[in-house]
Amino acid sequence: MELPLLHLALVGTPNSGKTSLFNALTGSRQKVANYPGVTVERKEGFFVTPVGRQVSVVDLPGTYSLRGRSPDEEITRDFVLGKATGETVPDLVLCVADSTNLRLTIRLLLELKRTGRPMILVLNMFDIANRRGITVDVERLAKELGVPVVTSIAVRKGGTADLLALTDEISAKLAAGPQKNSWRALSVSELRATQREADRIIADCVSLPASPDTWTARIDAIVLHPVGGLIVLALILFVMFQAVFAWAQPLMELLNSGFDALGELVHNTLPAGLLQSFLQNGVISGVGSVIVFLPQIIIIFLFILLLEDFGYMARAAFLMDRIMGGAGLHGRAFIPLLSSFACAIPGIMATRVIDNKRDRLTTILIAPLMTCSARIPVYTLIISAFIPARDVWGFINLQGLVMFGLYATGIVSALAVSFLIKFFMLRDFAPAPFMLELPDYKMPRLKSIAIGVYTRAKMFLHRAGTTIFSMMVLIWFLASFPQPPAGATEPAIDFSLAAIIGKALEPLLAPVGFNWQIAVALIPGMAAREVAVAALGTVYAIEGGKEAAEQIGQVLATKWSLATALSMLAWYIFAPQCASTLAVIRRETGSWTWMGVTFTYMLVLAYAASFVTYNVAVALGAG
Amino acid sequence: MTDTTDTPSHMPLGLAQRGFTGVIQHLAANRAGSALSDVELESRLIELGFVEGARVEILHEGLVGRDPIAVRVDSITIAVRRREAMAIIVA
Repeated sequence: MELPLLHLALVGTPNSGKTSLFNALTGSRQKVANYPGVTVERKEGFFVTPVGRQVSVVDLPGTYSLRGRSPDEEITRDFVLGKATGETVPDLVLCVADSTNLRLTIRLLLELKRTGRPMILVLNMFDIANRRGITVDVERLAKELGVPVVTSIAVRKGGTADLLALTDEISAKLAAGPQKNSWRALSVSELRATQREADRIIADCVSLPASPDTWTARIDAIVLHPVGGLIVLALILFVMFQAVFAWAQPLMELLNSGFDALGELVHNTLPAGLLQSFLQNGVISGVGSVIVFLPQIIIIFLFILLLEDFGYMARAAFLMDRIMGGAGLHGRAFIPLLSSFACAIPGIMATRVIDNKRDRLTTILIAPLMTCSARIPVYTLIISAFIPARDVWGFINLQGLVMFGLYATGIVSALAVSFLIKFFMLRDFAPAPFMLELPDYKMPRLKSIAIGVYTRAKMFLHRAGTTIFSMMVLIWFLASFPQPPAGATEPAIDFSLAAIIGKALEPLLAPVGFNWQIAVALIPGMAAREVAVAALGTVYAIEGGKEAAEQIGQVLATKWSLATALSMLAWYIFAPQCASTLAVIRRETGSWTWMGVTFTYMLVLAYAASFVTYNVAVALGAG
Repeated sequence: MTDTTDTPSHMPLGLAQRGFTGVIQHLAANRAGSALSDVELESRLIELGFVEGARVEILHEGLVGRDPIAVRVDSITIAVRRREAMAIIVA
């Protein structure tokens, strides 16, 4: 007999190990999307129980209660209550608890019970609890709570066997029809009473060892030291950026030569003409120039996920809270801003952890000023073409120094903008509280990390395959049509639509030192910053033949003045050149206004910075 | 909770030094000057385990203004700013 699809929902406090249980149950059979109307990530996965029942499980956002004080928590509440639009009411709710830390979850469970949904309490990380000498009387706990209780070790193979068996057993006798829901928002005194009740049950069923986790205490003695902690944080960031730039290099070169070889192959197999030019210059070099960043994206997310899983990210927020507070930022803004160095999109989406509206908005507005990895190819190209690779003061590489300067300018401007926002626009908001659990350190779970990195890499490649691919086709089209008349002696691109648009924009951009070729490259660069490199390649390649495309840098060095190059660098620190980022801002703030504000302020800053840079450089003789 | 007069030994956790250990006597959200309403602040403190009778210890302090503080509350560690910790009356 075919069993109907069973709908499970995972509910738990932050840090309860919910996501690692989700990964253990479903493996890579996951679907990540958004809930309709809000940008809360909806993670659904699938698996089959021992008796062959198909199960869909949704990993709901972590919450301490059903009060719903942020969009994430509202989703969790509505989903459990069966009020979320377009969602199936869960047949069974799995309330996930960290076995080493039951207090807050038991209170949440007592609140969840009032919704009348069939429920199981999953005591996750049970092995760690045992190792620390915590013993739980599981039978008694189940009796006191009136809910079946099962232990699990999400990170171990077979560690979820009991949970699967119990799921089968319970789902076989699930009563049809709606259950009685007696949940309503708890008053302060009810909240206090449930916490007391939870504490009483824990006192009866759980015996805790006298001393807390000594490893966490030892690590925190260094990592949370007022001065030492900041040094450790700086070291971690240093290693992270070192990894992003140095470790990724060989892989990126490999990918680069791979795409070159592929382009060469196409060039040699196909007859010269439109199709050959389309495939080689439009498709392969265009998409290739973006996919080259995959190693960097993977490395930065690997670091972020490892630190998150280890329990360090909350500590970083603790250390940075007051320091960032000086610029009007919340400690929790640290993680989103750090992610923005990889890409502003995950960074802006990560601002969901900030529950105060003002703090969240400020963070969203400045996230695009963090130097994302898409700017790296533009910076690298221009720096290697124009800045000599010599040492200054004997030991610092000048190219590296300029790169560092670009990053630093981005960070300083972001802090300055945040300060101005705090001072002028949103000053009537009082500072939001900073209240955060500092979880015990845990060994990162490699499988969970691997699934996390894989999901992000897939999202990035998807973007490269859709948005960026279509932009490359468009730029190739603009640069190739209309074709030059027979017998024309000028380069073909001079006759194209791209040249017409570029030349129309040239007067606007001349004060900052940009020529029409740059204007052409900036148009597709609006879709994604890194596309500008490929676009410059296309523009100059079609103009100067195939050899030019292979050495864009050398071509630029002969065609641009140093002042133009520096102006271009200044432009790239600020310019709002990423349609996807703007779309995410529109979605996250729910308003076109804030998207417009971001676009305008960044464009104004970019123009001003380039104008100053260009004119100062010309005055100093670099024109 | 109402704002009862403190006996000499009662003090807000927000004024305590690193290494302080004590027991929560009551919550006085109106004392904190937090951006949150009194009810919201009290609810959140309870949800993070700050209830009467819980043992607290200040484990760590930040660099600037010795803020925020990392507080051990029975079996878990919570980071709060001193401003909000003013609502937690300990002895």
